[in-house]
Amino acid sequence: MSERYSFSLTTFSPSGKLVQIEYALAAVASGAPSVGIKAKDGVVLATEKKQKSILYDDTTIHKVEQITNNIGMVYSGMGPDYRVLVKAARKLAQQYQLTYSEDIPTVQLVQRVANVMQEYTQQGGVRPFGVSLLIAGWDVDEDRPYLYQCDPSGAYFAWKATAMGKNHTNGKTFLEKRYSEEVGLEDAVQTAILTLKESFEGQMTEDNIEIGICKKGSPFKRLTSSEVKDYLAQS
Amino acid sequence: MSIMSYNGGAIMAMRGKDCVAIAADRRFGIQAQTVSMDFDKIFEMGPRLYIGLAGLATDIQTVSERLKFRVNLYELRENRRIKPKTLLSVVSNLLYERRFGPYFIEPVIAGIDPLTLEPYVASCDLIGCPMVAKDFAVSGTCSEQMYGMCESLWVEDMTPDQLFEAISQALMNSVDRDALSGWGAIVHIIERDRVTTKTLKTRMD
Repeated sequence: MSERYSFSLTTFSPSGKLVQIEYALAAVASGAPSVGIKAKDGVVLATEKKQKSILYDDTTIHKVEQITNNIGMVYSGMGPDYRVLVKAARKLAQQYQLTYSEDIPTVQLVQRVANVMQEYTQQGGVRPFGVSLLIAGWDVDEDRPYLYQCDPSGAYFAWKATAMGKNHTNGKTFLEKRYSEEVGLEDAVQTAILTLKESFEGQMTEDNIEIGICKKGSPFKRLTSSEVKDYLAQS
Repeated sequence: MSIMSYNGGAIMAMRGKDCVAIAADRRFGIQAQTVSMDFDKIFEMGPRLYIGLAGLATDIQTVSERLKFRVNLYELRENRRIKPKTLLSVVSNLLYERRFGPYFIEPVIAGIDPLTLEPYVASCDLIGCPMVAKDFAVSGTCSEQMYGMCESLWVEDMTPDQLFEAISQALMNSVDRDALSGWGAIVHIIERDRVTTKTLKTRMD
């Protein structure tokens, strides 16, 4: 693929924009909503996992994925593009582990993944990824949580709380009102669920959302259906 | 003729209470001929982190430079000081990359962890097998003598002054029994808040 083209398919427009990236961001903005909230003792990632038909077996497809012991991620946008990035992120994290005998710090993983995404805006024969990622991790050395967003352009942003995908502006407005730095992880999960509910059509159940939690001292974990059900019951 | 004893040299590191010390001889020779008496074999990789390299002199210089390259990039990327145990992994990786055509050096690491402030002493073989020591680590043409001296003189929880005495005596008496090591010694005592460097006058032969 790349051997055929030596020029990039992502080229500047006269106004100085890279339209392919703009279009990629449009693909993200029309994707399923996802939310990330940083709490004092951890980070929560949540996303809508609506299936187009009840015939889908949705127990095997996952949107919230673990990358290393203490880092997880979720996306809004094109699922297949996400899978490629999950694979790349996991490999990059392991390469770090092999060289330094240490878990990769969240910031370092974010930088490496963002670099991969940037390469796809400047290399021959490829198109940008049609996903924005939310990467959440607990940094053991600094003893603090991190939440980052990675965009198709390769830009990354650290957030306290954010929403992506459909209705993300409403989601962010909701979070601006609801977010507090003092909040604990349990409350953050509830806030994440409520943020998703803002743009949710129909009844929210434990099978059409996914939640992942990154807590101090324990590995990143995608919650089981029954755990999600408990949180939904409380809200 | 063994490659590891072509130039000669000796490195020693010891662990104390909230401090570490690393010492080396200063001879650079080509087999029997001594060429220089101020050849540095200990290199600073961080404010409280030193690595000493014993073995072939050209590889001592190359490895110390290439290691510094990797450490510099690490610190710029990660925006933090490298920890002693991470340095051990980097050194191990660097050496194993040349598994079938190795650098002829055996490194010794001594430092204080920047976060936990724990003293740390470790060493590797020439292909990167890491070994963390709770007491001391030695490397060089008189390693047998150094093992004997360290085993006799090292005790747990030495203060910086006691550690200086112990490592100086251990190194001096070891290199005095080795034709290829000696011609002066240099000792770095690394504490939590400072590093003291002293040169020793040994038998100049």
